[in-house]
Amino acid sequence: MAKLKINGKRVDIDVDGATPLLWVLREQLGLTGTKYSCGIGLCGACTVLINGEAVRACIVPVSSVKASQEVITIEGLSADNNHPLQQAWKELDVPQCGYCQSGMIMSAAALLKTNPKPSDADIDAQLTNICRCGTFNRVRRGIHLAAQSNRKGTHKRGGA
Amino acid sequence: MKKERINVSRREFLIRSTTMGAGFSLGLYLPVSSREALAAGNAAETVATEIPEVNAWVVIKPDDTVIVRIARSEMGQGTLTGLAQLVAEELECDWSKVTTEYPTPGENLARDKVWRSFATGGSQGIRGSHSYVRKGGAVARHMLIEAAANQWNVPMEECSVANSMITHVPSKRTTTYGKVAAAAAELFPPEQIELKDPKDWKLIGKPVKRLDTDDKLNGKQIFGADLTLPGMLNAAIKACPVFGGTLKSFDAKKISKMPGVRKVVRVEDDAVAVVADTWWQAKTALDALPVTWEEGPNAKVSTASIDKMLDEGLTSSDKVFTGNQNGDVNKALKGAVKTVEATYRYPFQNHATMEPMNATARWTQDRCEVWCPTQNGEAALEAAAEAAGLPISKCDVHKLHLGGGFGRRGAFHDFVKQAVAIARQMPATPVKLLWSREEDMSHGHYHPITKCKLIGGLDDKGNLTGLQVRISGQSILASVRPNWLAKNGADMITFQGMLPEGDHAISYTVPNLLVEHAMRNPPVPPGFWRGVNINQNSIYMECFVDELAHTAGQDPLAFRRKLMARHPKSLAVLNAAAEKAGWGKPAGKGVFRGLAVVKTFGSYVAACAEVSVSTEGKLKIHRIVAATDPGYAVNPQQIEAQVEGSFVFGLSALLYGECTIKDGAVEQTNFHNYPSMQIKEMPKVEVIVMPSGGFWGGIGEPTIAVAAPAVLNAIFAATGKRIREFPLKNTDLRA
Ligand code: FES
Ligand code: FES
Repeated sequence: MAKLKINGKRVDIDVDGATPLLWVLREQLGLTGTKYSCGIGLCGACTVLINGEAVRACIVPVSSVKASQEVITIEGLSADNNHPLQQAWKELDVPQCGYCQSGMIMSAAALLKTNPKPSDADIDAQLTNICRCGTFNRVRRGIHLAAQSNRKGTHKRGGA
Repeated sequence: MKKERINVSRREFLIRSTTMGAGFSLGLYLPVSSREALAAGNAAETVATEIPEVNAWVVIKPDDTVIVRIARSEMGQGTLTGLAQLVAEELECDWSKVTTEYPTPGENLARDKVWRSFATGGSQGIRGSHSYVRKGGAVARHMLIEAAANQWNVPMEECSVANSMITHVPSKRTTTYGKVAAAAAELFPPEQIELKDPKDWKLIGKPVKRLDTDDKLNGKQIFGADLTLPGMLNAAIKACPVFGGTLKSFDAKKISKMPGVRKVVRVEDDAVAVVADTWWQAKTALDALPVTWEEGPNAKVSTASIDKMLDEGLTSSDKVFTGNQNGDVNKALKGAVKTVEATYRYPFQNHATMEPMNATARWTQDRCEVWCPTQNGEAALEAAAEAAGLPISKCDVHKLHLGGGFGRRGAFHDFVKQAVAIARQMPATPVKLLWSREEDMSHGHYHPITKCKLIGGLDDKGNLTGLQVRISGQSILASVRPNWLAKNGADMITFQGMLPEGDHAISYTVPNLLVEHAMRNPPVPPGFWRGVNINQNSIYMECFVDELAHTAGQDPLAFRRKLMARHPKSLAVLNAAAEKAGWGKPAGKGVFRGLAVVKTFGSYVAACAEVSVSTEGKLKIHRIVAATDPGYAVNPQQIEAQVEGSFVFGLSALLYGECTIKDGAVEQTNFHNYPSMQIKEMPKVEVIVMPSGGFWGGIGEPTIAVAAPAVLNAIFAATGKRIREFPLKNTDLRA
């Protein structure tokens, strides 16, 4: 049995504690926005926020997540695609196939939380996600754009 | 180009009329709840169209929403949006009301292929269908106007149309597409239709936003791997790691008590799958399953044994095909004042789509349905029918968005066949098969391996007098499409970028030229890999031309220009990239430039790369300027995105892409030993889109071809090192 707080909601799930958080999200909770790609913590497609920090859910056993911790997935980032990153992503048409983008956005969200105005070097250090379609330059521009609109305070932050 | 007059087939209409009664809808065969599951998350989905279509391409709802039907697949390349633009241009509809849906390949067959090709590869999405999709829009427009004119009882010619609004000009009466769509659906299509003169295009050429972005920002987009159907089970699979090997035995008893496990099944002759309640349970049980393999005849194959095969082909006269020949190259090389000789090698590479292979299947004795990401719905349908043991009319495939394709999901539907083979053993239960990354790495259809030996001759003024190119290695067609081979058995696609003419023509005029391919096919399955053979051929040609320029003591740009007088469009993109990059001017301290130019997939592309190499041998790619002439540029914004992305794909391949073979199997298993580029390695990319009009070139692949050679030539400028074996991770760049 695992007790979790996901996107602000408390859930009790009957699951083997060794199951990675990724598969609990995808298969028990139907939150398929968090993606599987490598399963060994290397690609970032499964990135979620735990207490605001970017975590690769494919290598986190669900038993290690405490009921008191806030887990935020891409589905919980904002109510209506209105997180500054989502808006910037839309403005710049960042996604191509889109498969890596949940992870990309969640990694960027964690970065902006601790570093509201990241430099290119900060982005390089934090975003180690793989994108095979090659959206990197738009991802970078998207983060800068979101950081700008954040500072102007024209947008409300979402769940993260 | 002027207006194009096109005949319209009445047959199309008749087929439509007869199938209409049967109730055309994508969701027709879906259980209701699964239709909802799809509808919940998919932009390019499943609008169950009880509303009659105007024609195969266009459905208009009473609220003026325009649904454009898209036959090709969206895998990130933006074709969905581009194709909708083409239809909407002629339709004269309100772009803000446009949505899209995929017809199924089953419906296409039932309607005599009204949507034509579903194949999404070869950078063909736009250039292969621009004419008939624009026609589809134009015909629908005509019928909508006619319906309005009929209602007003006025001649059609007195009506004008813009933005989904029809106006009877003399009386200033107006109506909308949504109001007359039902009446238009009853009309016969016109016998002839005119397509607009490109100079009158309003939507084609505009950088409109993609139609499929919103759901990719909040997790709502349903990829194949995300699909859930009522009562669905999940399967994990392991196929014999040795190519050509088979499954000998497995001990199902050892895992049958593990949580969630429902069944352990043999899949075709070479794989075993565990079916469980969840995929994680299936995968965990599969990892614990004792399996033995019959390794077959390839158990001793290694990278070294394959290399030996290729080396032999570099000088052999056996199974050698000619791709391009003019003049007398032997004589020219003999008479040359200087000759240059070099041998290059390009490795096997995996597509490594971010979404691993997957398919969901539901099989009963009289129907088989498959849901999957595919680049070719029709091929997926054929694979499904074959594996289902049912006539094709009793099967259908529902396409889902792809988490990357890159050629892996077009020609091969091994994952579909497997899913159906599993589902057949559990009738009426939908089963989702998802490959692990490890399975995906070891069961690819790999970028082919080749070597290439080039010999060039220069005269006393440093002019190129002769060039001999011998490619030795794997043919994709011989393995994948033997019926596409030439009569003499040649695989003409191996000569991409070196052919005398056409979509993949050589960019230079060489007085004495011989290009040959010694076909050597190792037992590692090759496949079409984004760019196909241009990836290595452009390295061979463009790096070697650089070597020749260096030996001739000439500037690489000036040397190329001399050979390009008869290739004005290639020259134009090369000049544009070089000029914008500042060729000939200093590039900054420690920064060096390299060039490449290629014609491929019908487009002209060039790049100028700027790199530096530190004393520790660390490469930094600072900036790349890329120029593209695709003839017509349907959406310049998407072209820019594709060009940027092409550098990630091409440079990942150059820096890291390599699959090695040991004991008949691929050694790489996941992203730790098959890395891909990260954002920190990404150069600044400046894109010049310079459509010269009059032709339709591809976008998704061409630029990949210039990524590697431009960077390699810049590395030479920086270090004096010619790297001829790839990927770069194996090379020490220290001076
Ligand atoms: S799936 Fe978790 S990091 Fe790749
Ligand atoms: S958008 Fe396709 S992998 Fe990143």
